[in-house]
Amino acid sequence: MSNNSLVSISDYSKDEILEILESAADFELNPNRKTLHGKVIATLFFEPSTRTRLSFETAVVRLGGSIIGFSDVTTSSSVKGETLNDTIHMVSCYADAIVMRHPLEGAARFASEISPVPIINAGDGSNQHPSQTLLDLYSIFKTQATLENLNICLVGDLKYGRTVHSLIMAMSHFHPTFHFIAPDELKVPDEYKVFCKRNNIKFKESSELHDNFNDADILYMTRVQKERFQDMMEYERVKNVYTLKNNMLENTKSNMRILHPLPRVTEIDPDVDSNEKAYYFKQAQNGLYVRQAILSKVLVSK
Amino acid sequence: MLVNYELFNMSLQNKLIVAALCNGTVIDHIPSEKLFKVVSILNLDVYKNLITIGNNLESTKIPTKGIIKISDRFLEEDETNKISLIAPNANISIIRNFIVAEKRALTLPSEIREIVLCGNPNCITNNQSVTTKFHVLHHDEELMFKCHYCEREVKGDEVKIK
Repeated sequence: MSNNSLVSISDYSKDEILEILESAADFELNPNRKTLHGKVIATLFFEPSTRTRLSFETAVVRLGGSIIGFSDVTTSSSVKGETLNDTIHMVSCYADAIVMRHPLEGAARFASEISPVPIINAGDGSNQHPSQTLLDLYSIFKTQATLENLNICLVGDLKYGRTVHSLIMAMSHFHPTFHFIAPDELKVPDEYKVFCKRNNIKFKESSELHDNFNDADILYMTRVQKERFQDMMEYERVKNVYTLKNNMLENTKSNMRILHPLPRVTEIDPDVDSNEKAYYFKQAQNGLYVRQAILSKVLVSK
Repeated sequence: MLVNYELFNMSLQNKLIVAALCNGTVIDHIPSEKLFKVVSILNLDVYKNLITIGNNLESTKIPTKGIIKISDRFLEEDETNKISLIAPNANISIIRNFIVAEKRALTLPSEIREIVLCGNPNCITNNQSVTTKFHVLHHDEELMFKCHYCEREVKGDEVKIK
């Protein structure tokens, strides 16, 4: 097993998180560095992805490495019934690191235990997506010039949204105040509220979006994800509950920025895109630099 | 002195109700409502040697207790770990030739492998051949089990035992 894997945001200490953010800032100044020259990175996407896969692959290419892998599970041996155990053993014979997205929760942790090369978790079901969390932190840091003592308003699917859960855990190092805004069906799970209480993190909960975020430094919107619902009736009922519109931003703080892990569907109206407070496309661009920093930490500092 | 006499009398009554054991294991002070869970996790329904089970006996420590005496079987550590999950205050005695040869304290390990099932249907352990592993957590005196793989937490008394 390789100890350099990144499976969960809780694998990194506060210092390691800050180290990634500093490194990402360096890569933003100079993204083309050949630190992965001669390295082969496998990208195994058992579940569809656009941003995460493309930004990881761009990161590898800009660092001078090569890519093998698949982005469509129907072209892999999984459809023949190959287990994850066998796929990882096989791919680790060819690659120096594996970036993996898998629909089953815990798949990345299991892979990291059997793989001789590092595993970078690019999402395991509704569990963890640490590179997204790190790029969220980088985006927060860049827009606010600090991570400390911020008001962070989390909106939408707080029950199934893995980015929300990981962000709560990662921000716990930096004394945040959270405001959870979600319909009753998608409220943040109790275990995260217990986590906040144990870590002396202030939070409040609401179920109305309008005018509820005027004290926020960060407005973190999330998509109600169809694939996370077992009950389609429940999905149809809640998917259009929250839509952020430009005229709702008038009384918000000047430093406030809107983040979204993307893709969005109906939760942010396109009329918000031209507002200077809309940061989600830049956030996606930040993902490249953060993933360069992660690949470098995992592979170069080995 | 009256209290001691009553205790003696209660103990004598319980001894008369539950037969003595020559060789084997005695599991005592099982909360009555947990008795048949212990029977189940030790697979005693298919055990062929003599088993004596008493339940709803008077107890000085808990409202009512159950006791299981298993002839010619000496519990392994993973079996006592299983019992510690559901009846952490039970007493286990190994009997040899009618004498208590060993009193085994039940301690909940910090990590539990294999015997607990993850309640999350989308966990890798429920879909592929992966041995379960749980971390035992104590949140403000509440016992919780956290799946090592999918990271879901479940309350101690809601845990699914294999």
